Amino acid sequence: MAGLTAVALAGLVGCGGTDDTGGNAAPSAEVTGAVTVFAAASLTESFTQIGKDFEAAHPGSTVTFNFAGSSALATQINQGAPADVFASAAPTNMATVTDAGNGDGTATTFVRNQLVIAVPKGNPKGVKGLADLTGAGVKVALCAEQVPCGAAAKKALSAANVAITPVTLEQDVKAALAKVRLGEVDAALVYRTDAHAAASDVDGVEFAESAGAINDYPIVVLKNAPNRAGAQAFVAYVLSDKGQAVLTAAGFQAP
Amino acid sequence: MVRIDERNAAVEPRPARPPRRRHTQRVPVALLLPAVAGLAFLVLPLAGLVVRAPWATLWQRLTEPGALTALRLSLQTATVATLVCLALGVPLAWLLARVEFPGRRVVRALVTVPLVLPPVVGGVALLLVFGRKGLLGTWLDAAVGVTLPFTTTGVVVAEAFVAMPFLVIAVEGALRGADTRFEEAAATLGAGRWTTFTHVTLPLIAPGIAAGGVLCWARALGEFGATITFAGNYPGITQTMPLAVYQTMEGGDLSGAVVLSLILLIVSVTILAALRDKWITSG
Repeated sequence: MAGLTAVALAGLVGCGGTDDTGGNAAPSAEVTGAVTVFAAASLTESFTQIGKDFEAAHPGSTVTFNFAGSSALATQINQGAPADVFASAAPTNMATVTDAGNGDGTATTFVRNQLVIAVPKGNPKGVKGLADLTGAGVKVALCAEQVPCGAAAKKALSAANVAITPVTLEQDVKAALAKVRLGEVDAALVYRTDAHAAASDVDGVEFAESAGAINDYPIVVLKNAPNRAGAQAFVAYVLSDKGQAVLTAAGFQAP
Repeated sequence: MVRIDERNAAVEPRPARPPRRRHTQRVPVALLLPAVAGLAFLVLPLAGLVVRAPWATLWQRLTEPGALTALRLSLQTATVATLVCLALGVPLAWLLARVEFPGRRVVRALVTVPLVLPPVVGGVALLLVFGRKGLLGTWLDAAVGVTLPFTTTGVVVAEAFVAMPFLVIAVEGALRGADTRFEEAAATLGAGRWTTFTHVTLPLIAPGIAAGGVLCWARALGEFGATITFAGNYPGITQTMPLAVYQTMEGGDLSGAVVLSLILLIVSVTILAALRDKWITSG
């Protein structure tokens, strides 16, 4: 039986995927069971990878994610959703949770991200900057203001003194990106990392004003975490060199 | 829906019913308990809305322009969608009920598919056909310069897609329940199928059409998934009440979401009750 378990675990580690998880990332003695992570939609690809690496480094643990707009996640957490970790795409939505007394300690900023203009592959409308999005012939999707990508877009647009009438206000950044991928809109303001992750379908057009609307991403262990040890280990992993390497590769900036 | 069939079957005066036997026996507990639990399950969430409503600021929130804009849009789109469903759905129901053709069972099954389809899936399907890059949408865009996503027309399309099966099923039920002898009499007197339809069939099944229309309108009013997927979300253009409730809730404004939900609940229940008195119980 013990031998069988060892083989199974070796298989699990082997399936972990990336080569850099072979070593002992962290002491894994106490970390088992399910870790539930509520994370901003823009973290979908990188956190999914980090989750796999984490499971490989901590045999016996499983990480499940709930990816959505940070404001929706904050609402769910404050309504009592059983989550261990919250990773938000903006400090405002994190404050919604910590101000309600649902964070365990203070949140730590783990990455930063900034906006680009996502356009269909080949940039058919020749978009070079925010000013090109004002024309009637250009359909633009933005995130709703409550969501971090929407708040950042508002900030960047007012910094650029450009007024856009979007055709839709989406509930998270991936929904805005999807409208570009489907070809239903000509442009959307999304994070650099989202354009990066969808590079086969979209091009990301950098614009100067996005530097004035950089989002800090905070992460926190939740006060009512069902798996506190697992939550702490996951946050530590995200902040570790291995976690940061995955995030940097996805296009995030170091805090 | 079974009830609707019965009502319309009863359009023709029935022979007097045998006097009802009094149920003096006790109601079995095995039936009573789950029945009461079922009732509580349906009523409690609605009671929760009422209890959690911010009564102190209710009036001020009710008259906020955002709420009224979404409500007006919801009422308009649901009404237009119902008219579209009536124009297309009644003939379709007639076809299913009165004309024998090969594959009729398949057609009837196809009509009910949107009924069991998750509305979000309906929205995706609509995008694939009527979207700017969709099968028909590409042509619409190139030939007429019309794109449906992100327009109020798109909302009507999404609502009609989801709501029409309710109307078709109700009207088909009414047609099947209606006495065909009147139609046969009209035919023997020389009336063509069209004249028979407009002068005999339609008046005969009017209560059934009204019931189906009300059901269809209520479904259109509550439509969410297909609308947000296909038509998007923008205040005044595509943001109906359900979308406004969702966005408000997602934004963390719980009491705002409760107020919007209450408005939708009160308006729809009031209108349904009024229509019910006028149309359905008179049948």
